[in-house]
Amino acid sequence: MEKGDFCISTMASSNIAVLLTIGVITVLVIRIIYVINRSRKPLHSKSPRSLSTVIVLGSGGHTAEMLNLLYVLQTERFKPRYYIAAATDNMSLQKAHVFEDSLLGSAQGSRGAEFMQIYRSREVGQSYITSVGTTLVAIAHALWLMIKIRPQVILCNGPGTCIPLCVIAFLFKVLGIRWSSIFYVESIARVRKLSLSGLLLYKLHMADQLFVQWPQLKEKYPRAHYVGRLM
Amino acid sequence: MGDIDDIAKEKRVVFVTVGTTSFDALVRAVDTPEVKNGLFKKGYTDILIQMGRGSYIPTRATAENGSPALDYFTFSSSIADYLKSASLVNSHAGSGSIFETLRLGKPLIVVVNEDLMDNHQSELAEELAERKHLYCARPQTLYKTISDMDPGSLVPYQPGDAKPVAKLIYRYLGFPEE
Repeated sequence: MEKGDFCISTMASSNIAVLLTIGVITVLVIRIIYVINRSRKPLHSKSPRSLSTVIVLGSGGHTAEMLNLLYVLQTERFKPRYYIAAATDNMSLQKAHVFEDSLLGSAQGSRGAEFMQIYRSREVGQSYITSVGTTLVAIAHALWLMIKIRPQVILCNGPGTCIPLCVIAFLFKVLGIRWSSIFYVESIARVRKLSLSGLLLYKLHMADQLFVQWPQLKEKYPRAHYVGRLM
Repeated sequence: MGDIDDIAKEKRVVFVTVGTTSFDALVRAVDTPEVKNGLFKKGYTDILIQMGRGSYIPTRATAENGSPALDYFTFSSSIADYLKSASLVNSHAGSGSIFETLRLGKPLIVVVNEDLMDNHQSELAEELAERKHLYCARPQTLYKTISDMDPGSLVPYQPGDAKPVAKLIYRYLGFPEE
C-alpha cells in the first residue's frame, strides 16, 4: 500500500511539473504573439516628449547612412541618446561625436549623449572554436548595457552588431521589463536581398518597422516599408 | 600656341581606391599596359592608386608617350581631396566611396571584387550602373570598360533623402509629423 501511494504521489508531482511547464510555455507563446502583434501597430501614447534612444553604429557605409538619418531627425524627441559601436570600430563613435558637437550650436541642443563600445561576437577571420567564448562575452556585455540603458527606441541598420541588442530588447518586451520600438533600416547596398541581420529581424518579427531603400526588396519582403534612398 | 601647351600640360588624374582593406586584383589590372594605354587614349595623364593593405606593388612611372604617370600610396585619413581633384575614379564597390564620388559628380568605374566571400556588394554597383550613374566592371574587364566608356553620357546622381524614414518613425511613435 505504502509503495503504491508513493508511486501515485511521484506520478502526481511529475504530472504537475509537466502541466506547469506546458502552462509556462503557453503563457510565453501567447505573450510573444501579443508582443509581435502589438509591435506592428503604432504606439498610441499621446505625443511623448522624448524617448531614450540607442543608436547602433555599424561601421563604414552603415554609419554614414545612420548619420544621414540622424541629421533629419528632431533630436530633442530622441534623448538621451546612446551611441553603440563595435569595440574594433573607432571611426564611428568619432563621427557620432562630430554630429553631437554640431547640435551644440543649434537650437536643438546636445545634452545627454553617451558613447559606448560593444564587443563583437566574431571578428573577420576568427576561428569558430574561439568564437563560442567571444560570443558569450559579447552577449553578456550587450545584456549589461541594455539593463543599464533600458532604451525606449532602438535605431539600427546592420551589420551583426545590432542583433544581440535587438534580441535582448525583444526579450525585455516579452518579459515586461521594458517596452521598446525597434527600427531597422536595411543598408542601401542591399538591392535584391536582405542582409543576414535584416532577414533575421524580419523573419523573427523582431523589428517593429523594417525599412528598405529599393523597391525590389519591398516586393520580396512585403512587411518591409519602402522609403527610398538615404544616400 | 601657348594655350594649346597649357591644355596639353593640364593634368587629368585617374584616382584608384581600394578602401580600407586590399584589392590586389584591381591594382594589378590598373598596372597593365592595356588599362594604362586605354586611359592615356582617353586623355588621362596621371594615375594615382590608393592600394591599402595590398601586397602587389605597382610600378611607379613618369608620363611618357602612350602611357600616363603612375603613383601610389597605402592609406590616407581622408580621400576626399583625391576624389575632388580626380577626373575619373576607379573604386572598389563599398557604398561609402561610391556615394562620396557620385555626390562630387565625378565619373566613376566601380570594380567589383570577385574574391570576397559574401559578394553582395556587386548588387549596388550593378543597380546604379543600370541607372547609368556609373560604370561597373570586373578587374579583367576594366580595360574594355575604359575603352567603351563615354563619361559624358552618365546621369548625375540625385542624393537621397532620409525624411521619409523620419516621418514613418514619428508616425509610429506618436510624434506629430512635420
